This record gives sequence, C-alpha cells and structure tokens, in this order.
Amino acid sequence: AHGSSWRGSTLEVFTRRGFCLGVIPDGVDRNSEAFSSNSNSMADLISELQSHIAFPKVLAGGGAEAVRRNRSRNKLLPRERIDRLLDPGASFLELSQLAGHELYEEPLPSAGIITGIGPVHGRLCMFVANDPTVKGGTYYPITVKKHLRAQEIAAQCKLPCIYLVDSGGAFLPKQADVFPDKENFGRIFYNQALMSSEGIPQIALVLGSCTAGGAYIPAMADESVMVKGNGTIFLAGPPLVKAATGEEVSAEDLGGASVHCKTSGVSDYFAQDELHGLALGRNIIKNLHMAGKDVLGNGLQNVKYEYKEPLYDANELRSIAPTDLKQQFDIRSVIARIVDGSEFDEFKKLYGTTLVTGFARIYGQPVGIIGNNGILFNESALKGAHFIEICTQRNIPLVFLQNITGFMVGSKSEANGIAKSGAKMVMAVSCAKVPKVTIIVGGSFGAGNYAMCGRAYSPNFMFLWPNARISVMGGAQAAGVLAQIEKANKKKQGIQWNKEEEEKFKKKVVEAYEREGSPYYSTARLWDDGIIDPADTRKVIGLSISASMNRAPESTKFGVFRM
Amino acid sequence: LSSAGDKASQQRIEKILIANRGEIACRIMRTAKRLGIRTVAVYSDADRDSLHVHSADEAIRIGPPPARFSYLNGPSIIDAAIRTGAQAIHPGYGFLSESADFSQLCEDRGLTFIGPPASAIRDMGDKSASKRIMGAAGVPLVPGYHGNEQDIDKMKLEADKIGYPILIKPTHGGGGKGMRIVHTPNEFVESFLAAQREAAASFGINTILLEKYIIRPRHIEVQIFGDKHGNVLHLYERDCSVQRRHQKIIEEAPAPDVSTDFRAHLGQAAVSAAKAVNYYNAGTVEFIVDTISGQFYFMEMNTRLQVEHPVTEMIVGQDLVEWQIRVANGEALPLSQSQVPLSGHAFEARIYAENVPKGFLPATGVLHHYHHVSVSSTVRVETGVKEGDTVSMHYDPMIAKLVVWGENRAAALVKLKDCLSKFQVAGLPTNINFLQKLADHWAFENGKVETHFIDNYKDDLFVDHNNSALAKAYKTARLSAYLAAACLIEKEHFLLMRNPPGSGSLHPIWYANLPFRVHHQAKRTMELEWDNDCDSGISKLLKLTITYQPDGKYLIETEENGSPVLDVKATHLRDHYFRVEADGVSKEVNLAVYLKDHTKHIHVWQGSYHHYFREKIGLELSEDEESQHKPKFESAAHPQGTVVAPMAGLVVKVMVKNKTKVAEGQPVLVLEAMKMEHVVKAPSTGYVNGLQVTAGEQVSDGSVLFSVKDE
Repeated sequence: AHGSSWRGSTLEVFTRRGFCLGVIPDGVDRNSEAFSSNSNSMADLISELQSHIAFPKVLAGGGAEAVRRNRSRNKLLPRERIDRLLDPGASFLELSQLAGHELYEEPLPSAGIITGIGPVHGRLCMFVANDPTVKGGTYYPITVKKHLRAQEIAAQCKLPCIYLVDSGGAFLPKQADVFPDKENFGRIFYNQALMSSEGIPQIALVLGSCTAGGAYIPAMADESVMVKGNGTIFLAGPPLVKAATGEEVSAEDLGGASVHCKTSGVSDYFAQDELHGLALGRNIIKNLHMAGKDVLGNGLQNVKYEYKEPLYDANELRSIAPTDLKQQFDIRSVIARIVDGSEFDEFKKLYGTTLVTGFARIYGQPVGIIGNNGILFNESALKGAHFIEICTQRNIPLVFLQNITGFMVGSKSEANGIAKSGAKMVMAVSCAKVPKVTIIVGGSFGAGNYAMCGRAYSPNFMFLWPNARISVMGGAQAAGVLAQIEKANKKKQGIQWNKEEEEKFKKKVVEAYEREGSPYYSTARLWDDGIIDPADTRKVIGLSISASMNRAPESTKFGVFRM
Repeated sequence: LSSAGDKASQQRIEKILIANRGEIACRIMRTAKRLGIRTVAVYSDADRDSLHVHSADEAIRIGPPPARFSYLNGPSIIDAAIRTGAQAIHPGYGFLSESADFSQLCEDRGLTFIGPPASAIRDMGDKSASKRIMGAAGVPLVPGYHGNEQDIDKMKLEADKIGYPILIKPTHGGGGKGMRIVHTPNEFVESFLAAQREAAASFGINTILLEKYIIRPRHIEVQIFGDKHGNVLHLYERDCSVQRRHQKIIEEAPAPDVSTDFRAHLGQAAVSAAKAVNYYNAGTVEFIVDTISGQFYFMEMNTRLQVEHPVTEMIVGQDLVEWQIRVANGEALPLSQSQVPLSGHAFEARIYAENVPKGFLPATGVLHHYHHVSVSSTVRVETGVKEGDTVSMHYDPMIAKLVVWGENRAAALVKLKDCLSKFQVAGLPTNINFLQKLADHWAFENGKVETHFIDNYKDDLFVDHNNSALAKAYKTARLSAYLAAACLIEKEHFLLMRNPPGSGSLHPIWYANLPFRVHHQAKRTMELEWDNDCDSGISKLLKLTITYQPDGKYLIETEENGSPVLDVKATHLRDHYFRVEADGVSKEVNLAVYLKDHTKHIHVWQGSYHHYFREKIGLELSEDEESQHKPKFESAAHPQGTVVAPMAGLVVKVMVKNKTKVAEGQPVLVLEAMKMEHVVKAPSTGYVNGLQVTAGEQVSDGSVLFSVKDE
C-alpha cells in the first residue's frame, strides 16, 4: 500500500519489444530467520528514529509555550509557512531534520532552521525557514551550517531560494563558532551575492525580526516582503539605539514594514499579515522568468512519465538490511525495491562481483546504480571507475548504495595495486559532474566511503538508513590497532599490560567508535542530509534526482588516472 | 360534419410555430416531433442560444430581450409564422396565450391558433364579465363586487359591504399578479392603488374587482377539454393550494382528501362553465374551496394550457398537447367522459431561481452546474435551460418542473422527495431545499393543504434561530464539509498529476498523491464558509485540518470541541461524481465547484442533503496600509439605515424626494422584477438621504438605494 499510493501511472507498457532481461528476481526469503530478526531490529531502529522526531520532539519545534507565544502573534510555525508557500498537495523534501540532535546541552530541534525543497508554481525552490520558537530563531554554529548546506544545494541545483526570516541573529554566547570563520555567518550573504550573480533568485520574506547581521538576508535578496507588525529589520534594535544615541523609538517605527517599504526601500512588498506575505511570496515565484537560464529541458529529455512501480513491496526494505553489519546481504534486493519495474540492466555482472553496477530508472528518470556486495577488490574498483565514466559520458545521474567495510587489505592486494585501483575509482567519483545521490544502507568505512561518494565527494544529496555506521574503520579493528600501538608504547616504557587492562582499553575505543559512528552522531553534525526510513528510499532518491536535474548538464573532465 | 371541420381537415397542421420560450416551448416541441410535425421557435436576443431554440427545427428572431418587444409582440410573431410557412401557432402559457386579440390576429392571417376561440378568451379574460356569465350558468360564485364603477370611494364602499378581509384583484391577467389582500379598511387605499398600477404595467388594463377573502381556502382547479364539435369533458382536478407570493410551487392531481362525490360535482361545474362560453381546446376552471364550509366557488377560467398540466397527464395517461393539436385540426376528443381513466397520484414541484430567505424574491445568475434526476416513465423533468445558461431578469425565473407519479399519494410523495434531493443546481439560489422541507412536512404528508400552508407553517419551514435546529443543521453541514474537502483534494491531485503546474518542466512526482514529507504526514487546512440555505443571517466558518494518510485516506478534523475526527476515503468516479467512505459508510457524493468573485463556490450533494460552501481563494493583494483584507462575504458592510435593492430590477416609481421626512414602513420606491412589484419601505423614521435612483432605472441586486437618517 505504501508504494501504490505513489503510482504515477497505471498505464503499463505492454508493447515491449522482446523481453526484459533485467528484472531482478525477488531473492528474499520471507520465512527465514534472518528476515524476521532483521525486521524486528529495524523496527526498533525506526521507532527510535520516530521517537526523536514525532511530537513532542523535533516536529514540536521549541515546545508548547514557545508555540503558543508564536501563535498569539498571529504567526505560523515554519513548516506551516512552507506548506502555505508550496503548491497545494505538493511534496516537500525536508533536509536534516535531526541536525543539532544532542549536540549542545540544550535541545535545538532541527537546529532551529527548517530547510528543504518543494515546488511553487511548478518551480522547485529551496526553502530556508528560521524557527522562532527555537531559541528565538538565533543562529547556533550548527544552524549556520544547515543554512549554508541548503544554500550549497541551491547553488548546485540552481534552485531559487526563499528565506523565511524570523531570527534574532547570531547566538551571542557562541559567537566565536558562529561569526569569524570562512564557513560561518558571513558566508550566508556571500552565497546570496554569488547565487544572485548567477541568476539564481534570492527571495526573502520577513515574517519576524531580522536583527543585526540577519538584516542582510532581506537586504541582500533580489526581492523581499515584509509583514506589518511582525516583520522588523534593523542593524540595531531599540535598546541598542537608546544606549548608543539616546533616541527612544519603537521597533515598528525603527524598522517596521512601513518604514522599509515606504521610506528606506529596504523591502519591496508590504504585507498586511503573514498570510498576505506568504501569498506575495508565491506571487514573486510566479513572476520569475528564467528563460535562457532555464535549461531544464536538457536534464529531463529522457524521462518517461509512464513508469512502473517496483514489483516488490518497498516496506520489505525494512527487513532486508541486517543491523549487524558483519552480515552480508545482496544489494540487488534493495535495488529491486527502488527501481521502476524492478528492472535493472547489470553492467559487467560477472567481473568484480563485489561491486554491482547497472542501469535502471527511478520514476522514469534514468540512473546508473553502484552498490556494494562486499569488500572492494582491484576488479571491483576498476569496474566502478569504468561505469562512472560511462554515466558521465551519457549524462546519467549516479546513485550510490553504500554498504562497505573498505578495500581489500593484505599483501596480495597491495601487490596487485589496490591503492592504484582505488585511486581510479576515487578520481572518477570526484570528477563526475553528473548528479550524485548517496544512500548509506549499511556500513561506510575507510576508503570505501571515499570511493562510494561519501560526504567529502559532494554528492548532491546524501541520506542514511537508521542502521548505518560511518567511521574510518570498524570499532573492533580500531581497538585492535590502538591496543597494539599502546601495548608497544607501554613495552618501551617497560610496563606490562595485563589482559584486563587491555580489554578495558579496547572497550573504551569500541564505545567511542560506536557513539561516533552512529547515524545520529552524523546527522546531528550535518555529515549527511538526513536519516530516512528505508521504505522511503525510492521516493527520496526520486525527488533528489529530480531536484538535481534542475540545471543544464555539465561536461566532466577527469584528472590523471594512474594506470 | 360542419364546413369548419372540412376546412380544418384540408389544412392539417404540419408545422407549428411556438410563440413562447423555456420549458413549455420545449415541451410542445417534444409532442410535435412525436407526431411528425415540424417546429419553429421564436427567440429574443437574450435567448439566442437557449434550449428551446436548439430543440426546434427552425428558429427565428423576433426582437430584443424585453418581452413586450419580443414574446408579446404579436405582429412580429405572426410574420415569423408566415415567413417559415407554419400553419399554426401554439402560444404556450403566459405571454400571448390569453390574448383574444392575438388569437383574432392569427385567424385573420389564416393561421390556426392552438387554443380556445377568441370569444371565449375575451369572455373569460374579463374577470367581472366571466363571473356574470358563470352566475347565469349556475356556477357558484364568491361574494364580491365586479362592477365597472372603479372610483376609489365607491370601491371602498363595496369593500365595506362585503366585509373584511377583502381580496383586490385586477380583472385581467392572472398568476396572482397585482393581487392584494386587505385586512383592515385603512390599508385599502394603498393596496388598491398598487394593484391598479401593477395591473396597468402587466396587462395594460387597470380595472379591479373585489371579493370576499376566504380565510382557509384551498385552490382546486379542473382541467377541461373541448373540441370543435361541442364536446366538453373534464380530466379531473388538481390541487394547487401550496403557494408563495400567490404563485403555485407544488401542485398535485388528484386533489387529496376529496370525496368522489365532491370530485364529480366539481367536474360538472367546470364542464358547465366551459360550455357557457362555447369553449374548445384546453382550459382550466379554478375554484376556491372553503375548507371550513366545504363550499366551492368559481374563481376564474384560464383559457390556455397551464404550467401544471403534466400532473393531469400523469394520472390520465394522456398527452394534452397532442389533444390540443388534434382539436385544432378539427378532430373530435379521443375519449368520452366515462372513458377518462384516473390512475395513481402525481406531484409537480416548480424549481425556481429564487432567494427563499429574502421572501422568495426572484434570483438571476448563471447555471454553473445543472444536473437533474434521470427521467423515466414515472419521473418527468420539464426544463427550458441547460448548464451554462443565464437566468436573466427578463423572464420568469422558473428553471424546471419536476413531475413524479406513484401508485398513490404516499408513493408519489416518496418519489418526489427522492427526486428533489437529486436535483442539482449551482450558481444561483433556488427553492429546492425549501421544496424538500415542504414535501417533508407532516401536514403536507397528510394532505392538509390549503392556500396559506406556507404562512401557517412558516416556523417549521424556515430555519428559526432555535438552537437545537441550528445545531442539527450545522452538524450535517459539517459532515458535508468533510466529504467535500476529501473530494476536492482528491480531484486536485487527479488534475495535478495530469497537468502539473509549471508547463511540464517539473517531474510530476512532486505532485504525487500522498504528498511526501520526511517522517511525518502532510497536512493542509481548508476554510469553508457555510451558508444556511434557509436563513441568510446564519453563516459559519469551518476550519478543517486535513492530514494525508499513507493509505490514501484523509484524516479530517476541526478545532472545535466535540467535532468528529473522520478518516475519509474519496474516489473520483467521473466529472462531479465521487464515491466517499467515511465512518464505515460508503456513499455517492456529487460536487459542483465554480469560481466567482475570488471565491470558490462549492456545492455538495450527499444522501438527501445539499450544502453550499464558499472558500476564499487568494488574497486581495492590497498594499494600502490601512485597508484590512476582510472576507468579503456580502456582510452588512453598509452603515445602519442603508437600504439596498433586495433584488435586481427596474425602479418603477419613486414616491419621496431626498431630504423628506418619512415614517417607519412608509413606501419610498417601487421596484419591479419578473413583473412582480416590490415596495421598498423606510426601515425607520427619519430623513431620506442619498436617493439617486429614478423611475425607469435598472438596479442590481444589493446596490444601495438610499438611507434613512435621524437628522
């Protein structure tokens, strides 16, 4: 039922020439013990995830009292504001809901800022909405990071940006981590300027306060709207003005909508109330005209709007991946549940079999899929590089399904030049200019993370399953390595390490790796764009690819491949 | 056989011009077509595209919209008949149907007038003369004054003699136009003058008669038919007691609660009346029945086919238009009196474009949605309009007649109620909900009909401000709102998936049913303003929250305490048909939606209910700091003392000047629409201000006429 609600078309293509070679067989034994134990443990993970998000957690914003105060000022919550801007009934791909999760001593739901992608008048936009119920919408370091990440995606996908401003500016106690560095507060305006110069519209809706540095968000925007009564823009608020000059002035008279729409010209549209302001915002998007810049057609040329749903239930994705990462599973059973008609035409199926590569469509959009079926060997890496080259030539977006413990180690591998082969794949991944979407469906360790387009390789979007683990190596392996070094050090000092102490040492390392390798640790720090329910994978990839195709294709130029 | 018969048989009618419009024109054409007779429609400029024009073999323009230049323009219509080679003219009802001059003109130009002889029209057209003739023929008459002396003092004297209450009535015309009831002697003068004026405007003759006003009367009429060979018979009676503004809205045949004996007497009296004026063709003899004494009196004879003739057709199984044509052809009546069958019971409900809460004032507008119940051998819908047509102020605002037949009165009534609930009109206010209430009323169910029925039971028929009734009405409206919301969203997705916004540059998955959200469900709000159909004073805003459920259902709730939370599944079948499942009940829901004045107008039909909601779309994007954008639901935006036009119409008379002092209730001006006069009175005592309209000026519904201020 979950999948069928997204059925785009019931029109089946009956007149297929020949027969399809690529339909993936089911391959899942629903009666197996593994299936039921995977189901149970994934169900636990998903309910844990829900418990962090559902009311009264992330979705409740800054809590009942703050929400009540917000409503009393005739203001909507940020997600409600976005809902009113979106086309009615449209989807919204929200990013990094759990950013800021257990990052500071105080809770910071969604890092105090809601970001995501959705259509307005048929045009995809990036929304950046302050949550005034969370610490008055002030910018913590992670808030800045989330704002910048949204801008990064907007710049990459050429999405018009709509800033729903309602913020007290930088969170002053943490100014050192917010203000001075390159990727800090100032970068927001730098990005606005550069995107505007590239013709990516920058729209600000001032729905609340917009103080000090924040004042530059509407000021740097191409067009801005201000709401009477609630919206204020000033470099210094009334208390600071009084302190500095002795002038006594109300917030509204100092920087209200009337002042800025009638006198200063800082804002362009005067809104009677919030709903009016949001309606004006929709109107601005309606009037965008991006002819000449709008080379959408290219990306969409090969999209089929009549597509088939996968043959197998998407909900079974919650039962396929083992939460114990030591257990291997066939990535094809994941692919079978995310691609149209479960049709997957495999490339080099018999060669380098630990890497699965092939062509498929997701909601009619062509994709090249690269998935892990074990450790990367020489052949697997070469196959990956080859396949990426093909996709860049044909401008086919890449989907990486990561479940990788790393490249093969050992003397045989080293002698075969595994580093060289791995480097080829890393080179290919780095330089590929086609849209890239990475989903971590299991482990993401070591150089495997690099070759499979980890965060450092700037995939357009990257999401995690709740069972994901990211670290330079496994906790046990790291503990082993560190214990050996420690043991050697102690030996030099003539200290004998007993078994018990060694185990204690190892346990500490394993625990740290466990904590830091957790998807929550990652997503709280914005090492990804969010944790998703495995059952939503097809939808999330579909929307991500669609958003990534919102621009003209770029040609790829590779660097030197070490041969 | 007489020579007249010979002449007629030589000139059998092969083509008929129908000197009418709307449903009756269509109805006549239907019979003509069945008989192989070709038809010619006439139309005014306002009717160029109307159903009767499209239903005819030929159509011919006869003039501009006002009836006096078109449908009342006899010479122009006769020219049209001659130009198209029609041998006969059927006048329908209204317009020229009871014009002896027109009938004469037809005869003079060699055309067959499908109706009675001009002499009979003339005799019966003059109400005073007709009563004299009837009196002479032994037909019982209501006490009254039918004299020629029309001096106001003399009339007052006569009125005093008969005793109040008194009925003032123009001697010409019909349909209740110009009629006035006077309860006390001091009301007499105003009513008398108004009746005179209305009579002059409508019929060109302003003579008035007076009659004793019967307090609990029933209106029973007998359908009679005569041929040119001297045969006259009756086709039983119809009860047309249920009236508003002296116009019938529900008619039935046979009359309920009437003995066979009484029926026979009534029939005989009607036949005698017809014979007294050498009548042939279709006619109706109207009687007033005093329910207290059981007496019946002759009222008048309508020398035409009546609006409500189908109820008679249903119980006797005959086509009266066919009879009319055969009689006009000189044929003898196909049945004798004893052969006339009487089978079952039939109702007719007249569906009008009218504003029930505003005192049944005629309404105008566009039929954005028009979908009536399907017809069968027991259900007839006589309609003259189609979806998209405009009901204009030029003509009668009747949209259709719904006619049903059943084995007996109870069975027919069940059918009537069912059909009314399936009769869908959106775009202008109608009386359908009101008709449903009438049909549902216990007294109507028991056949306790009388002319004052609506007035007697007004507390039941109009929603009062009684809390429990209102709460009940609101509850059903809320359910309709829930269902409508689900259907609207379902349809929206249906359309979005096929035609996503942004001219196809965006992948339609962004508009997939079940809008995607990360780890939560998409929600939306909908604000529907409910208008209580029978009470324009009550409207309520329903704030719905709709949550998209993964299984494709919608979880709908409101903020109100105690309001239900419903899981609604809507399936769009086709056009405006939906299948909706809520709370374990699956039912068909029909939805009509149209946009007008920045507002989405939503009509919902579910079960036996029809509800109407408005949803404001968009906002007025005013940058004026002072002006607040308020919902513009025709709220009382005018200051106290302001008088607005209650209907679109023509100002026929302005009685006072600006700055003059008026007493509360004093007539200030007279509006006319649909040939119906409406006196606009001062709402309070004070001085008239801002009165700018003059006689002959057209005003639109809701426009400011004047105000009355203290100073």
